[in-house]
Amino acid sequence: MTTVTSLTRSLREAAAQALTSGEAAVVIGYELNDGEAAAPAFVRAPEDAERLIFDESCFGNLAVYLAKEEVRRLGKLAIVVKGCDLRAINVLLRENVVSRDDLLLIGVRCSGVGRPALRKCSFCEVRDPEGCDTVVGDPPEPPPTDPGKRYAEIEAIEELSMEERWAYWQKQLGKCIRCYACRQVCPLCYCKRCIVEKSTPQWVETSPHLRGNIAWNIARGLHLTGRCVSCGECERVCPMKIPLGSLGDKMAKLVDEWYGFRSGMSADEKAPFTAWSPDDPEPGIL
Amino acid sequence: MSSYKQASEDASGWQPRIVAFLCNWCSYAGADLAGVSRFEYPTNVRIIRVPCSGRVDPMFVLKSFERGADMVLVSGCHPGDCHYTTGNYHARRKLLALREMMSFLGIDPRRFKMSWVSAAEGSKWSAVIRQITDEARSLGPFESFPTFTLQEVKK
Repeated sequence: MTTVTSLTRSLREAAAQALTSGEAAVVIGYELNDGEAAAPAFVRAPEDAERLIFDESCFGNLAVYLAKEEVRRLGKLAIVVKGCDLRAINVLLRENVVSRDDLLLIGVRCSGVGRPALRKCSFCEVRDPEGCDTVVGDPPEPPPTDPGKRYAEIEAIEELSMEERWAYWQKQLGKCIRCYACRQVCPLCYCKRCIVEKSTPQWVETSPHLRGNIAWNIARGLHLTGRCVSCGECERVCPMKIPLGSLGDKMAKLVDEWYGFRSGMSADEKAPFTAWSPDDPEPGIL
Repeated sequence: MSSYKQASEDASGWQPRIVAFLCNWCSYAGADLAGVSRFEYPTNVRIIRVPCSGRVDPMFVLKSFERGADMVLVSGCHPGDCHYTTGNYHARRKLLALREMMSFLGIDPRRFKMSWVSAAEGSKWSAVIRQITDEARSLGPFESFPTFTLQEVKK
């Protein structure tokens, strides 16, 4: 049992305070777990706030619970958010999935999660979550971050020839067993009925062969274009270790370069696929 | 009359299959005008009329490839001329994202084409089809999509 950090202590205080005052009926946070990842915790009584922790094992993105009906039924929600999780919540707010009035955001100043630190932490720009109701933790002493490296992984793939890329993705996507863990963990994949479950017509072949796998991953990638906040959860939970994050990153890079758009940086933004400009680039259109 | 067809006939008899999604208001009328004006163009193109290029979901394109299309074309009104004001702007963002995704995965992006053809551009329509049919012919059969099999997963 590790000693309780001052960050965890102030987090527990903020959670207990929210529950005592009635500002929230439940606090969604992290608690100790046997595995490497902290478990999600749903705290409904002030005395239970002692269960909450925050340390580098808290890398899951809790925003995924906000769109779930069974969670919304619990009452007004308070949620513990890192800056990166807040980006996903901003997308949910922008898409009117949740209302800001129904949410109490307990921000945590985070100096990187994961052992070793996650890749996304090495170029984090949102260590200090902005726009939360309360923020706990000392201003972080961030390890040097390099936003220029944000797209380094996919740039390496882009440099390959087309045949090499095809060989690479055939190998990667061929591994997919269509468990849809990527979809379940994604805070932004909240459709009540996913396109892959629609059968008249059957847009995506459901058996795990390459043709269906390609269609599924393209469909998912495009549904997340301009929405994905690169939280990396899909890649983390993939049992087949498919580098799914790079599909999201590729589309994030595209909307960044073409439309100057970065998803989740604020709740007021207009998504690239709901907006347009007469001057949009159109390379290759005849 | 049949000069174009003779010149483009492949030795093996293989002909590219091109699926074209045309917006009702511009490109479909443009293709109609090409016919009425008796402009010649290859018969490799299968036209599917849609209300607007913005109606074309990327899944339509993928499905066409899965079912054996060698090339897919989406054609709509010129920017600024959409019957529904902005449908083609949305199509442009959405479908170019698909093409970029295809390219990233190593699926030849030259298999997917977009064009702006107005109702007055019968000659442009026939030129576009001549151009992309020639390109489809030189690219050869698009085997990646239809030939995915379970065997590839087993290894």
